[in-house]
Amino acid sequence: MQKNTLNSKRNLIGWVFIIPAFLLIVMMYFYPMIKALILSFYSGVGANFKFVGISNYIHMFKDKVFMQALKNTFLYLIVQVPIMLMVALILATLLNDKTLKLKGLYRTAIFLPCATSLVSYAIIFRSIFAVDGIINLVLIKVGILETGYNFLAHPISARIVIIIALLWRWTGYNMVFFLAGLQGIDPAVYEAAKIDGASSIQSFFKVTVPLLKPTLILTAIISINGTLQLFDESVNLTYGGPANSTITMTHYIYDVSFKYVPNFGYAAAMAYLILVIVAILSFIQLKVGDKRE
Amino acid sequence: MNKFERKMKYFVLTVASIISVFPLYWMAISATNKSADILAGKMIPGRFALENFRNLVNTYNIGKAMTNSIKYSVLMTLASLIICSLAGYGFEIYHDKVKDKVMSILLLALMVPFVAILIPLFQMMSKLELLNTSLGFMLPTISTPFLIMLFRQNTKAFPYEIVEAARIDGCSELKIFVKFFIPTMKSTFAAAIIITFMNAWNSYLWPKVIMQTDESITMPILVASLKDGYFTDYGMLMLAVLLCTMPTVLFFFFLQKQFAEGIAGSVK
Repeated sequence: MQKNTLNSKRNLIGWVFIIPAFLLIVMMYFYPMIKALILSFYSGVGANFKFVGISNYIHMFKDKVFMQALKNTFLYLIVQVPIMLMVALILATLLNDKTLKLKGLYRTAIFLPCATSLVSYAIIFRSIFAVDGIINLVLIKVGILETGYNFLAHPISARIVIIIALLWRWTGYNMVFFLAGLQGIDPAVYEAAKIDGASSIQSFFKVTVPLLKPTLILTAIISINGTLQLFDESVNLTYGGPANSTITMTHYIYDVSFKYVPNFGYAAAMAYLILVIVAILSFIQLKVGDKRE
Repeated sequence: MNKFERKMKYFVLTVASIISVFPLYWMAISATNKSADILAGKMIPGRFALENFRNLVNTYNIGKAMTNSIKYSVLMTLASLIICSLAGYGFEIYHDKVKDKVMSILLLALMVPFVAILIPLFQMMSKLELLNTSLGFMLPTISTPFLIMLFRQNTKAFPYEIVEAARIDGCSELKIFVKFFIPTMKSTFAAAIIITFMNAWNSYLWPKVIMQTDESITMPILVASLKDGYFTDYGMLMLAVLLCTMPTVLFFFFLQKQFAEGIAGSVK
């Protein structure tokens, strides 16, 4: 009997520990999510604020800028994420070698970009790739270019610059996950593969990749989630230009909410689409990951 | 492994390292040069750091931005660590079916893109008159599912025998947390501090939305506004970027192990 009251007292204390965090998440995540959903069925500001049903959701698919933003975001997703994960995995594999000299130095260097704020690196890359920037200077000196090329003024090169910048900032970050995952693999597995006559490349694809599948899925989900929410780079590196060719969804939603005549309802609807895409893609990833061969 | 493969390995790692470090090297060097030298491709330290600094301080309120950023980030880190470590501990030590369910519901919040809740949060903060305040800056991200999860996962490594022994000695539950849990879990707290401080220091979208006065400006907002003129003073700009990057890079160099642990903490 006494034990029971003691247990229920402890149980209560457990709740006291949890409640502040729980309430904050409910108030700051779940409640706004419901508010945003309701908001997405309204349009206009002030006295013109009225219920419009699903017309925001229909309108966004006719909105050329939003469709462009959607395309840009998916371009970053399809091109940048796979390259980044592959490079990160290769670098982690190279670093996961006990006999490697200067290992700490390499790791620190490759990991360093993670410590840079998104605004900072966006501005650094903007300056490096400027028409009078260091990249152009080098290309002219080497003789590849005659005059500076304005990378940020052409749609394709501007997108490439964004992708290069993203690769620079996030490859080391993902490498850390892979390094942690690799340390969990028994070296005997690689020995066995070697005895069976597997080359380094074969053991990479036949041993490392399958064994790191859970980590690959985790990093893929994190990267997809992050890419769909890109904002700082679009705003500070390319200003979304030229002619919206690099603008991301979050950047456009910000503009619709706070830069142009505010239309919170429409912005909320577009933001909800991102939420749905994140949910669907994560769900697919998890399903793929669940499958056992 | 044959010799060629070994050489390739060092080559690839060296190239990757140079690419990783170069933009930051260029930034730091440029902060000490004048704009014209930077445009001419100068790649060694110059003597213009002080002049760049003077220009920066005279034209922009960088002192204010710096103190604000430090204030917001430190407060956020403190609040966040207290709230989330208690919750993570609570979820693990006192776990039962209901609490496990609640935890899995909280984890759903990991999926919520910030932009999806941005507008309701903005409306909420303006209704509560918290625009341009530290509390307004902090509230949305004091409690994060990631940090709660990090603490919960790491609490699994905290020996339950300590809790039981302390109870027999007559320690209160809160005292067990403060006296035994916090000192034992130093590295988890260090990782959490780094993650939270970095996120607070670097956050951009949220302060851009709610910090609307010059008085409440943060470093990233100030730095981002510097590049908007017709003429760019690269020396001054890069010095501002350097100042904005310094705190997190220092954290990184001194606590790299915890930094990595914080990032990969969710893998465990």
